[in-house]
Amino acid sequence: MGVLEIAKGMGVTLGKLFTKPVTVSYPETPARLQPRYRGRHILTRHANGLEKCIGCSLCAAACPAYAIYVEAAENTPTNTLSAGERHASVYEINMLRCIFCGMCEEACPTGAVILGNEFEMADYKTRDMVYGKEDMIVGVEGSKPQRREAAKNTKPVKRGFVVTPRREVEEAINANKNRSSSVATIPGSGVGVKPNLELNEVKR
Amino acid sequence: MLTDILLTLLKAVGVVLGLLTTFAYMTLIERRLLARFQIRAGPNRVGPLGLLQPVADAIKSIFKEDLVVTAADKIIFWLAPFIAITMALSAFGAIPAGPAGSLFGQDPWVFNLDIGLLFILATTSMGVYGIFLAGWSSGSKYPLFGGLRSSAQIISYELGQGLSVLGLLMLTGTMNLVGIVNWQAEHGILILFQGVAFVTFVISSFAETNRTPFDLPEAEQELVAGYLTEYSSIKWALFQMAEYVNMITASAVISTLFMGGFKGPAFLGETIANIPFIWLFAKIALWLFIFIWVRATLPRMRYDKLQQFGWKFLFPVALMNTLATAAYKAFLPNSSLWYLGIFSVLVVIAMIVFSGSRDWQKVDVKTRAVAGD
Ligand code: SF4
Ligand code: SF4
Repeated sequence: MGVLEIAKGMGVTLGKLFTKPVTVSYPETPARLQPRYRGRHILTRHANGLEKCIGCSLCAAACPAYAIYVEAAENTPTNTLSAGERHASVYEINMLRCIFCGMCEEACPTGAVILGNEFEMADYKTRDMVYGKEDMIVGVEGSKPQRREAAKNTKPVKRGFVVTPRREVEEAINANKNRSSSVATIPGSGVGVKPNLELNEVKR
Repeated sequence: MLTDILLTLLKAVGVVLGLLTTFAYMTLIERRLLARFQIRAGPNRVGPLGLLQPVADAIKSIFKEDLVVTAADKIIFWLAPFIAITMALSAFGAIPAGPAGSLFGQDPWVFNLDIGLLFILATTSMGVYGIFLAGWSSGSKYPLFGGLRSSAQIISYELGQGLSVLGLLMLTGTMNLVGIVNWQAEHGILILFQGVAFVTFVISSFAETNRTPFDLPEAEQELVAGYLTEYSSIKWALFQMAEYVNMITASAVISTLFMGGFKGPAFLGETIANIPFIWLFAKIALWLFIFIWVRATLPRMRYDKLQQFGWKFLFPVALMNTLATAAYKAFLPNSSLWYLGIFSVLVVIAMIVFSGSRDWQKVDVKTRAVAGD
């Protein structure tokens, strides 16, 4: 370690003192996510509004963190939720257990569950971290606490990040938007299911 | 008489408050600067620009649980932080911040001893007892290592430090800090004539204050937090305080001894150069910045290298400087001081050139054994 080398090093650090910090001041400035960032799950639908999930529990079997719980029920002529013989009557993911590995997405035979980009899920109650179907179905924007906040202030959900979603996520969201509205009225199809915020509020 | 005592007390309280405020904001400034050196933003959440961060830190450290290890020697464990902070604070009182009578007709220093410099060297090294006793009384392994390292390090570097100022004292002929500053105002600042001593003094000051690259006593990677490991709450804060106050004192001593102290540059005219506080504060700030800058840049030294550097480089060089100054005083008593200046510059250049060669860094088995490596 000669003095000249030290001087060179000191010069490098002094130069850095006058460069702009790379820190992103999240949440004031939105964080920029990579397209393939794996965040909260989305349960997708077919173009006709039927849920893709057929309640097969393969995702739950594949999940290394045992975060998924599925209960299946038969589709009946009056209650057809999915495109298969059965549908998921209960579909829950415990976001505290989930490690966002994406195994569920890989295991799903119908491409029903995909990982979106949302990550701002911090909440006060452990119980509120279990996300049900109504919290993850495509079209629902924001996490539970964000939607609760938005409902309270009657403002749209505010997300703290920007992202160009990867193809699967974008397609799922667009397909849901362009869905023909006639199909959307299938009784009990879950379309237009309101996030049960009131329910959460009461329980707490 | 009574007013004198009261005034001195008042000034002492002022110095302590000033030092503690500076300490509080130094922690913030250091964190912000280190962050900027690493292209980060640093703590900026508490209050505007993060300016209330020290307050938050203080509240946090006061209200934390104060743990005492069962195996600790309770009395000494309690005493150690107080030794450290008392010594650190009392050393600063000797630093003159302006010419006599410039603080509303009072002298801008708490006490002015004829042995001022000796007093500072003595008290700052007494502060090491705080660190050493903390390590000793913690009743745990890593603090003990840290404490022992610290005392061994201080012994090695104190020698270099003491020897560096000898030449300077020979020139000025006084240990009184005001006297030294006035000598410099008359003859020119001492960094010019005692360049070698300046280099060795600065390096050993870094070692004395346990700052990077000599922060072995609290090397996180090896010793958890060194002598601080078992401390928590306000006692921990006291040690931090002592460390920063030592740093401020070291900066003040370097400025006073080598950079003209409270006097501004002479070419600005006598009135401007005599404004109290400003010049000393500016110089202290400069040195504090250098302390942080070095911390942001240099990695920690290995312990045996640290000892080697102290004994094989600093000590002989400081000794040589002392001898050279003594020879100048003895054989060329009436000639220009610039001979010493030229000598210093040559030696410093030689040191820079030879620092690149690896010879002095070679570790032989014997020194390793001595260094306990
Ligand atoms: S992302 Fe991984 S951990 Fe999370 S639910 Fe899917 S499989 Fe389980
Ligand atoms: S999400 Fe996919 S894998 Fe999981 S139950 Fe539904 S269809 Fe089966």
